[in-house]
Amino acid sequence: MIHDQARYTREDDALHEPLLSEKGEQTVDVRDSSPLPDDLTREELTLPNPSEPEVARHYTRLSQMNWAIDTGPYPLGSCTMKYNPKFTEDVAADPNAAVHPDRSDRSVQGTLELCYGLQEFLADIGGMDAVTLQPPAGAAGELTGILIAKAYHEHHGNDRSEVVIPASAHGTNFATAAMAGYDVVELPSDENGRVDVEALDAAVGEDTAALMLTNPNTVGLFERDIAEIADIVHDAGGLLYYDGANLNALLGRARPGDMGFDVMHYNVHKTFATPHGGGGPGAGPVGVVEELAEFLPTPHVREINDGNVGYEAVEPERSIGKVHGFTGNWLVLIKAYAYIARLGDAGLADAAAKAVLNANYLAERIDMDVPHGPFHHEFAATAGDRDAADVAKRMLDFGVHPPTTKWPAMVPEAMLTEPTEIENRSSLEDLATAFNVAYADSDEVLADAPSRTTARRIDQASAARTPRLSWQALDDE
Amino acid sequence: MSGSPYAPHTATETAEMLEAVGVADEEALFDIPEDVAFDGEFGIEPRTEREIRAECARLFARNDDLVEFLGRGHYSHYVPSVVDHLADRAEFITSYTQYQPEITQGFLQALFEYQSLLVELTGLPVANCSMYDAATALAEAATLADRVRSTSGDVVLIPEHLREGKRGVLENYCAGADLTVESYPMDDGNADVDALADRVGEDVVMVYAENPTVRGCIEERLAEIGEVAAEADALFTLGSDVVALSVLEEPASVGADVVVGEAGALGLPAAYGMGLGVFACKDDYLRQVPGRLVGASEDAEGTRAYTLTLQTREQHIRKERATSNICTNQAWVALRAAIHAATLGPDGLVELAHDCVRDAEALAADLDALSGVAAPVHDRHHLREFAVRTDQPAAAIAGDLEAEGFAVHVIGEHLIEVCVTDLNADRTDALVEAFEEVL
Repeated sequence: MIHDQARYTREDDALHEPLLSEKGEQTVDVRDSSPLPDDLTREELTLPNPSEPEVARHYTRLSQMNWAIDTGPYPLGSCTMKYNPKFTEDVAADPNAAVHPDRSDRSVQGTLELCYGLQEFLADIGGMDAVTLQPPAGAAGELTGILIAKAYHEHHGNDRSEVVIPASAHGTNFATAAMAGYDVVELPSDENGRVDVEALDAAVGEDTAALMLTNPNTVGLFERDIAEIADIVHDAGGLLYYDGANLNALLGRARPGDMGFDVMHYNVHKTFATPHGGGGPGAGPVGVVEELAEFLPTPHVREINDGNVGYEAVEPERSIGKVHGFTGNWLVLIKAYAYIARLGDAGLADAAAKAVLNANYLAERIDMDVPHGPFHHEFAATAGDRDAADVAKRMLDFGVHPPTTKWPAMVPEAMLTEPTEIENRSSLEDLATAFNVAYADSDEVLADAPSRTTARRIDQASAARTPRLSWQALDDE
Repeated sequence: MSGSPYAPHTATETAEMLEAVGVADEEALFDIPEDVAFDGEFGIEPRTEREIRAECARLFARNDDLVEFLGRGHYSHYVPSVVDHLADRAEFITSYTQYQPEITQGFLQALFEYQSLLVELTGLPVANCSMYDAATALAEAATLADRVRSTSGDVVLIPEHLREGKRGVLENYCAGADLTVESYPMDDGNADVDALADRVGEDVVMVYAENPTVRGCIEERLAEIGEVAAEADALFTLGSDVVALSVLEEPASVGADVVVGEAGALGLPAAYGMGLGVFACKDDYLRQVPGRLVGASEDAEGTRAYTLTLQTREQHIRKERATSNICTNQAWVALRAAIHAATLGPDGLVELAHDCVRDAEALAADLDALSGVAAPVHDRHHLREFAVRTDQPAAAIAGDLEAEGFAVHVIGEHLIEVCVTDLNADRTDALVEAFEEVL
């Protein structure tokens, strides 16, 4: 398939769509009409002043210059880009859901009930005992989980200083541990990217606060030794943290709680199909086992247990406090609730099965090697002696988005691919064709790619060397 | 229904694909040891779209229909329809982070324009393309201050009047960086600059102030706070929101090193606290900024193009030495705020902010005329919100007001806070009547 992306180019302008500021600005004298004394105000404000039709046309054109899951396959490994059911938008747009976070509990019973319902769904799905919805993204969930682990150890008088993380883990894990004040111990992987149990045994000890683990790991392999891993960590007095990025592979077939994990985050924009919105908002609820429930952030929603029917938001006894100014990304959480309710048990299990089937089928259809298996919802193909980033740029011309490239590092020239359950065989064939044509193309063709996207190959190095981060910076040149 | 409605495989297709893969059935695709496999049930009954819409509508209808005079960090203004219709375009809302910039120029340009809007509002040259909310942005400012400050120190100074949740988030981020949070007193609703000047010293890494404060007071000695911080070689971080920034003193002009705050005042309805964190700073700190930055560059044909840039600050490259762990942010909310700002234009923004001053002043005067109530508590100029002193216990009054259909904040034993915007300005007379009723 060939895809020509929109661009709106005038011959005399070296740009695709002018900035709003280039279409016309207005300077307003703020003090002219101000009810405030001059010394409390700015003098003037200069901003674009487009009419509404101009606004509509500008943003519609920008939208046409953008790739999305609704335009075609988006198999970014580890990102789980699946279809976002439209009806969830309508559910979230209910004006009765648009409430302020400082409302009294008794006046927002519907909101609290939905929160409670989602907490229950997530606890069941993860095999956890209690869930907080407050973290506004997966990385915030990681920080929440590690702060809970820290509070737990401190409460038990243990001053532990290290978090153990496999080399193949997401970069966020390392950054999270450092933000929480821990030293990072990087764990080498075995030849398949799995945890090297002997190395783990040697690495954990009385300083170990937690092991952060992704399962299936970042090349899609299930950690078959998970029970032994859990024992090693627990025997040393550490906790087991589950990174939920790859939970889509396991829905209905395995639960972190059953594997021995004590604390986990869920990525609702991955597993539960809430739209990623070009970078966010996500939501990163955190589930914990019973022993950790008293450390959850405040407020936490629970059923009122004094005989009255209803819900209340309370502060857990030894709460870590706040990880978001209010209660998190509410509009996103509504969509996650609606998605889970739509699928139910059977739908969730089917999503996992078809996600794994699609990954395996696509891997069969491409000409690149996939060094590690058996993989589940994603696989890391290797571009071998080709540059994975160049192959990806060439794929852009074929009506698909390429996979995640050059990560994880254990696979040379990795193309980490996750088609998700939403692709049918025909679109998987389109993807395979894009892979195979690009992989076989000459170095010259790859270096010149892409040619059908709005922009041709972008000079990333000069963007970083001479940062121009605003239209004001462009004006100054 | 036996499967996911969003997995399109027919039974035949599934069988053929399984055969191509070389396995007998779907179960054979999973490499999960028996001892950790799950064979139970969640007990979640699948429902139809229509059933879920009805169920959730029924749930949300259980929320009382109150007129909210609520703010304290979460502000709502009327969001024009054009914002929903444009931001909801599938090409925007169903896209991912712009890892392949050649095919995602549209969103990148929108975020570049959002950054530019913040540069204009703050007067600072660098703005990132979003944090989660004002609280996490403030917390990230503190850890940035810790990284960039030349001398040692471990105290972050915050105003006594600060939203509790904001302090909570700040403390959680500070703990990991071995920083401690300490508050400085207020003087009739403004920062007590003299007390602040006495307190700052070598041990202080950052001074934080808000304009307006959480009680809606406009700060009158901001430039002096900037000087106090600068003399102590502490970073001056200023908190605000995008509507207030349209008319209040430009942060750069009062010496702000970093600006944090809330941009969800544009583009978002009341969203139970969901926000859009602002993060802007001086050029000096560019390589220490948390979060994503969009920059302009050129493509191979010499045409202007946009891309995520300076990514060596970020966790996927720098791991434990990254400036932050943030990756997913609030990009789509930033898009909404940018569309809303564009729709208003500078005159619309300024008018909206000025109305927030006039309406708050008028409502305070009306409440002050009632016996048993004094408003505003602080003899300052206000934007949107103000504190009200009540002779009777505030909680009882707020409870009675709720029964009359109005929500207000209780911020002290005899203190209420009221927030007025374009969304409830036409109900202020009714609120005053309700106050009269319950006093």
